[in-house]
Amino acid sequence: MRNHLLLGAEAIGAAALDAGISGVYAYPGTPSTEITEFIQRSPETVHNAVRSSWSANEKTALEAALGMSFAGKRSLCCMKHVGLNVAADAFINAAITGVNGGLVIAVADDPSMHSSQNEQDSRIYGKFAMIPVLEPATQQELYDTTVEAFALSEELRLPVLLRLTTRLSHSRCGIRRLSARKQNELQPESDPKRFVLIPSNARRQYDKLLDLQPELAARSESSHLNRLIEGAEKSGIVAFGVAFNYVMEVIQAHGLSKPVLRIGQYPLPEKMLRRFIETCETVLVAEDGYPVAEEYIRGLAGNPKVHGRLDGALPRSGELNADLIAEALGIRREKAPEVLSIVADRPPELCKGCGHRDMFEAISAVMNNQANHQVFSDIGCYTLGALPPFNAIHSCVDMGAAVTMAKGAADAGMTPAVAVIGDSTFTHSGITGLLDAVNDRNAVTVIIADNTTTAMTGGQASAATGRLQHICEGIGVEKEHIRTLVPLKKNLEHNITVLREEIAHEGVSVVIFLRECVEIAQRRLRSAKQQKRNPVKTAS
Amino acid sequence: MKKNILLAGVGGQGILSIAAVMDLAAIESGLQIKQAEVHGMSQRGGAVQSHLRISDATIYSDLIPEREAHLILSVEPMEALRYLPWLAEDGVIVSSIDPVRNIPDYPDMEKIAEAIRKAAPHILVNAEALALQAGSSRMANMIVLGAASPWTGLEPGALEKAVRTLFGPKGCEIVDMNIAAFRTGRGLSEKGSGLKAAATAKTTERQRV
Ligand code: SF4
Repeated sequence: MRNHLLLGAEAIGAAALDAGISGVYAYPGTPSTEITEFIQRSPETVHNAVRSSWSANEKTALEAALGMSFAGKRSLCCMKHVGLNVAADAFINAAITGVNGGLVIAVADDPSMHSSQNEQDSRIYGKFAMIPVLEPATQQELYDTTVEAFALSEELRLPVLLRLTTRLSHSRCGIRRLSARKQNELQPESDPKRFVLIPSNARRQYDKLLDLQPELAARSESSHLNRLIEGAEKSGIVAFGVAFNYVMEVIQAHGLSKPVLRIGQYPLPEKMLRRFIETCETVLVAEDGYPVAEEYIRGLAGNPKVHGRLDGALPRSGELNADLIAEALGIRREKAPEVLSIVADRPPELCKGCGHRDMFEAISAVMNNQANHQVFSDIGCYTLGALPPFNAIHSCVDMGAAVTMAKGAADAGMTPAVAVIGDSTFTHSGITGLLDAVNDRNAVTVIIADNTTTAMTGGQASAATGRLQHICEGIGVEKEHIRTLVPLKKNLEHNITVLREEIAHEGVSVVIFLRECVEIAQRRLRSAKQQKRNPVKTAS
Repeated sequence: MKKNILLAGVGGQGILSIAAVMDLAAIESGLQIKQAEVHGMSQRGGAVQSHLRISDATIYSDLIPEREAHLILSVEPMEALRYLPWLAEDGVIVSSIDPVRNIPDYPDMEKIAEAIRKAAPHILVNAEALALQAGSSRMANMIVLGAASPWTGLEPGALEKAVRTLFGPKGCEIVDMNIAAFRTGRGLSEKGSGLKAAATAKTTERQRV
């Protein structure tokens, strides 16, 4: 079978298509974005009418995926780890309702925070919801496991959480694909009580979920993702997910003969673990993310033969790698040279010609003269406004928090209370905050940086392009206090004037800075040019 | 056969197209690859690296351990230095000498060149100027790849075929220009034997600095 050169994320997309999904639901977020993008550009998506556009946020995505499952079809839902917080309500309850058509929730964690605010570990959510968690170690396993996960989900009638990390998601290699399976027929859930979580039904469903736990544990005990790699030494390693690769790298490089228990399916295979630990004199627990399993393995009283992130054998935070594993195993190696002092830091910056630059210039000009000059911001390219030369924003907490934090600060008496939020983030979770501010008649100014796309993750469609003005009007912002500006050098004076007026307004005002992201504009021009040159062939 | 290659550059320079050529050539040659990429906003104009591992046996880690990179292939001179902790004792640096000065404290170019010379056997390539001669500064990537190609463990024929596959959709003209650029780069390292070509490249670089 032909080897397809795919990113780990793309391997999930390919597997979902080959497993016969009828739809994917997602909000873009590094390192999960490419799963959905792969599905969107695959010919079979069009051919088989697979639904694949972006959702407004992770909660709406997961609920829609659950609805598709209710209808009997297979659905995939993808997000980054912090997106699972947004979807958590639906996530925990989907475990109670269970599913009808197979539902796989692929969540990409980001240890080391390559592009995130925290490094939370989704396996904890999986345990919290009491559903199976699958954690492959290689890109090929990501593919194979995703295909299997749909079958598992249908068989158990539970959603399955597929956990991956940045490293696995964003590494490319050759992937063997299976032949595609047909989509499920439409067959809506027939038990009227299963999906109606009024307390009497919820209690029954919850008991069912609890009753299923021994079955889930038994499946982990016999899963091919959980297996022993034998070794002659007395010190063993329990390696979870991608950490298995680093462990094997060290074992291979140094010719070690350590037994390795490799874990890739949860709930934890308790018997397997117990047996393994008993045969070892010391055990290193290697897991990328939180010491979730290590805490469990140690037990409350601690276990002196267990080492890992909790006793400092491995660092408590950050991504693992082979060097850290080697060190934890006591393998002394010559120290690598330090980076020369001549090498300067090179922080990321807004693109040359980006409209956000002109927006921040206007914001700074207005805010620098204010006693309370702080600006609440949100998550997007414009978060780079926190760095020099702008130093223009003073918070960035989670999606939508710019609006609601400004509202809270206004409640506290802070004037002006100014928020900066992107168009995509605004529809993700800024809208509801704005509604709160309207209802409370707060004196807040919400600046929407509308670049007509979700730029930070690579330019996905934004849910409300061209309709922001109407949306704000619709939720009750006064028409004369919704102003649209174009962030260009030549408009600076005008933009400053308007911004100053709206900040002075003692009610809710919205200022939309509207200009297309230059990256997206360039891409649009390039593809138009290519279409002209090469009308038949589409780029691969 | 086992090669660990650290690709370095600045966000937006497109080091991933260099990686793509090598990935494709490796797969077509029946080799295993793992290539860890950088995605997301964090690298806009910032330092970008990609770990590329090619082998005829199983590759476990997606990341290259420290001191195990056989080659640092950089399209920006200061970035070549950023990854010295990964360079193997017998490793080689192939870098362009075209600085991306998007920070206020960009160090003195002569000092950077000096540090590279001291660090390891190297080829410093006047890539942008050579690319311009070949028709477009956008070919600079392929010049550096060509110069580094003897240390990739991949046959030049396989690399050229990958260039054709990858740039094919952009038309014959672009393909030919990229192939020409690749060959120019390759010529730099083939002149004399391998790294001796560094001397030639160094002269051009001195003239430029
Ligand atoms: S990607 Fe677009 S929005 Fe982001 S910094 Fe560049 S031009 Fe600005």
